Amino acid sequence: MSLPADSVGLVTPQTAHFEEGIELSCGRRLTEFELVYETYGELNSRRSNAVLICHALSGHHHAAGYHSEADRKPGWWNDCIGPGKPIDTNRFFVVSLNNIGGCHGSTGPRSINPETGSAYGPDFPPLRARDWVNSQAMLADRLGIERWAAIVGGSLGGMQAMRWALEYPDRVAHCVVIAAAMKLSAQNIAFNEIARQAIQADPDYQEGRYIDANVIPKQGLALARMVGHITYLSDDAMAEKFGRDLRAGSFEQGSAGAVEFQVESYLRYQGSVFSENFDANTYILMTKALDYFDLAREYGDDPVAAFRNANCSFMVMSFSTDWRFSPQRSREIVDALIEAGRPVSYAEIEADQGHDAFLLPIPRYVDVFSAYMKRVGVGN
Amino acid sequence: MRQDLTHIERWIEPGSRVLDLGCSDGSFLLQLQESRQIRGLGLEIDEAGITAALAAGLDVVEQNMDEGLSNFPDRSFDTVVMAQTLPALHYPHQVLDEMLRIGKTGIVTFPNFAHWRCRWYLGTRGRMPVSNFMPYSWYDTPNIHFCTVQDFEALCHEKGIRILGRHMIGGSSLTHGAARLWPNLFAMTAIYHISR
Repeated sequence: MSLPADSVGLVTPQTAHFEEGIELSCGRRLTEFELVYETYGELNSRRSNAVLICHALSGHHHAAGYHSEADRKPGWWNDCIGPGKPIDTNRFFVVSLNNIGGCHGSTGPRSINPETGSAYGPDFPPLRARDWVNSQAMLADRLGIERWAAIVGGSLGGMQAMRWALEYPDRVAHCVVIAAAMKLSAQNIAFNEIARQAIQADPDYQEGRYIDANVIPKQGLALARMVGHITYLSDDAMAEKFGRDLRAGSFEQGSAGAVEFQVESYLRYQGSVFSENFDANTYILMTKALDYFDLAREYGDDPVAAFRNANCSFMVMSFSTDWRFSPQRSREIVDALIEAGRPVSYAEIEADQGHDAFLLPIPRYVDVFSAYMKRVGVGN
Repeated sequence: MRQDLTHIERWIEPGSRVLDLGCSDGSFLLQLQESRQIRGLGLEIDEAGITAALAAGLDVVEQNMDEGLSNFPDRSFDTVVMAQTLPALHYPHQVLDEMLRIGKTGIVTFPNFAHWRCRWYLGTRGRMPVSNFMPYSWYDTPNIHFCTVQDFEALCHEKGIRILGRHMIGGSSLTHGAARLWPNLFAMTAIYHISR
């Protein structure tokens, strides 16, 4: 099998070790930590063509390309990163990492706590988006990248991109914020809490010490993912994909067996796959960070005052059927930027797929995204 | 380049902030960036226009001005431009108010429905005018609020809007002088520079 020509091809994750550790916003400190990351494209001689990808809740460093010829699926954002794609690897040097607290190789709850000699588990320090941004800045230093040509993120990734613009205004030229919000709504937090409760109510969760007990709270993780997954899809998308189709049983009178709808089996499958690949403590930590995020908290709850600290240009995109972070949330970002007098562009993409649309190759989305990225200078 | 746009340029201060309501593919903002070094922002709802404006390196926000412009602060722009969009608005009078709240001055261009050809067409055929200039049938047109030069000036008077300057474009070089003398009859396109 040969890999598609419009992909970045085979990629190998790298690891950066930070012996100096990092001070966290909760007041605690990681005495040392590691970040796993991938890069696509070539860094130019002036190191001015670097684009940072910030991942969402369950994302990781493997955003594009393949790890081996045998991989069935490419990285999670392969539709948007690659030669000729919106984030064009013929022009840009793309850096994609797994955030601290994650479970795909960077230091997180599964890592060994050097102070105790066993896994952090539930004792891993609580994180905020700014901790991720600070650790990403350390990675940028390590790679010799003084200023990102662009920082791009969808959902929770978009929140990191905005935080970058406020915390390191001179280190980012363009900020691309997709399907994000300046803070979560009560409904968003409610769904996250159901997910956490599902995990914590699983007897195998063991108060978070399931690794020591050599078990995994699969049931809870699967249920958490099922709830989350529903919020990523739209009513229309689910109707289109599953309708009321049955996988088993029958509506015929006289048939006693229970019916099973396609949507049930799909959700169970998604939940089951996720529960085998994701860490329960990471899920709790990530959803907490998401709940905690409030872009303007440190700026007197005034988003306009917050954005006055930014020096970059912004591109904001939303999707019509996204009800997790609806177009209204994106318009709030745009309005605050307009009022703050910051350069901003905005497009609301018609799409049936709900929040998940930001991961999909929707023609207008790809066009708008590509059109914006053309202006992102590589400065060589 | 639409001929009404070249004239507007004179009214734009170098280095000023310009908001273009209905910026289409952004060609006018682009021209102003080059000739007047303005800082521009476009509003548009047409998908192809938005993509083209973005690709040209312009800032463009997808927003329907008929649903309000309250997200723009008072006096946040030096000039607010609206070229040929006036008849397509649901609430043109309210958008005019908003233009002059957001900008220190406004520039409006619109097709003059009292042009003699329109009158002739309506008078002789008894049907809504269709021409190269106004190519739509009455039932399928984005233009739902046609007005004339006199209508517009009456509205400005009613609202206390000052007309700082006006420029009339006739159908051809022959009628250009006539358009200046008798705009309501001979102007095909009217261009106004307004303020409060």
